Amino acid sequence: MRNFKSFKEDFPIFKNVINFTYLDSTATSLKPQTVISKLVEYYSKYSANIFRGVYKISEEATKEYEETRTVVADFINAKTENEIIFTRNATESLNLIAYSLGREILEKGDEIITTVMEHHSNFVPWQQLAFENGAVLKVINIDDDGYLDVRLEKVITKKTKILALTYVSNVLGTINPIKEITASAKKINPNIIVIVDAAQAVPHMKVDVQDLGGDFLVFSSHKMLGPTGVGVMWGKENLLESMFPFMYGGEMISEVYLDKTVFKGPPHKFEAGTPSIGEVIGFKEAIKYLKTIGMDNVRRHEKYLTLKCIQTLKSRFGKNMTIFGPADIENKGGVIAFNFGKYHPHDIASILDEDGVAVRAGHHCAMPLHNRLGVDATVRASFYIYNDENDIEKLVKGLEKVKKTLG
Amino acid sequence: MSIYSELILDHYQHPRNFGIIVNPTLKSFVSNPLCGDEIEVAIKIEKGKVAEIKFQGRGCAISLAAASMLTEFLKGKPKEQLKKINKEHMIKMLGIELGVNRIKCALLPLEALKKL
Repeated sequence: MRNFKSFKEDFPIFKNVINFTYLDSTATSLKPQTVISKLVEYYSKYSANIFRGVYKISEEATKEYEETRTVVADFINAKTENEIIFTRNATESLNLIAYSLGREILEKGDEIITTVMEHHSNFVPWQQLAFENGAVLKVINIDDDGYLDVRLEKVITKKTKILALTYVSNVLGTINPIKEITASAKKINPNIIVIVDAAQAVPHMKVDVQDLGGDFLVFSSHKMLGPTGVGVMWGKENLLESMFPFMYGGEMISEVYLDKTVFKGPPHKFEAGTPSIGEVIGFKEAIKYLKTIGMDNVRRHEKYLTLKCIQTLKSRFGKNMTIFGPADIENKGGVIAFNFGKYHPHDIASILDEDGVAVRAGHHCAMPLHNRLGVDATVRASFYIYNDENDIEKLVKGLEKVKKTLG
Repeated sequence: MSIYSELILDHYQHPRNFGIIVNPTLKSFVSNPLCGDEIEVAIKIEKGKVAEIKFQGRGCAISLAAASMLTEFLKGKPKEQLKKINKEHMIKMLGIELGVNRIKCALLPLEALKKL
């Protein structure tokens, strides 16, 4: 096992941007050289379209592209690679499910359940779908420590068709007990479809879709060292078989006649048009990179940094520091949302940026959650494998500067 | 260069014309849900001039300083000036370089003015 301090060397951005403290991996991650090189390899050596060509480089591109599907399936322990659909991002994956499945199964008076801690991408599609189909949207609340109210018998009924929730909150860092929630939801109503937004989970911890027991799970390549423009939708094969395509076009059909079209089966049924070929191929390298570190080691490293950061912030700033989300590090991912004194999050982020510290300020695409917390905005610092103790020190120094500057 | 110049910090820490006007001639309210900033601008016009102008609300240092500087500039000016003032004026008055995200903070008070 390599020392975590050495990982920075694999990320060329640290050579190109001097004095750079990146604490915004929840928004998007940085990319290692192996991923960048793979993109260059595709674009410079076999940049052909996939499936269509019978010539060599098209076959090579197709092979590389489909290999990623197998690598992804293995990474999350899907039953077969046919359960792996490539989309543009986790958001598109969720919209695909809402459109292709939600619209078909929801009838007037049916219920969709989501939670108040969702990213807008796992909230708005369900809210709008409920409007469209005359369904009822029920929202699970959190307690003051940032945990979901998991008394599911209070919300799930025989009319509940969908339960859509996040694995890890992108603000609170709360790691929801997905396996337990899924089991108890299906016990109350065996027909419920469980959809998991794992955009903040798959990059940071071991995820096993069969063990979790849900029906769909989505995530994005760019949050896990991979290129932008690639998302994953994992779904149970029988459900994918029964669903309508999201988009019509090339590569998703097997036969087209003037009066009818026969669609391919999953996964290609859901991948109309030319996908992000180079980016999908590059994504494979990101997963390979993470696998050499080991997801348990990734989680351990982030846990260590998160705990250290929380302790340091509290000891240096005391009551001026309000940290949101679970205090127990076992239930918290590498995300720390906080407010500092009377200072506005945007001012904090701007002053930190003066010294090369990149954090996020705002509502982080989670307005219902911020309303629940009773704040307009928060500052968010998040960790990944390339962060170390120096980054925490930089953050603390920056916050001291905020105090000095704004008085 | 820091956007938190002496001038900006002075207006942030000692905002001019902060408060309310009873029976204003004009009043408007704007908010930026992205960061929760809210600014209300109230004006009293007398003899064609901005006799009184006040603002209140909450926001970041940049939006509050911008509101303070804007009201200070407009007080006593002919009322036509309310319509004339634009983005370029604001940026020049602030004297700092703002990126695409923070420029919205600086222009929030101007937006309030445009809604009058």
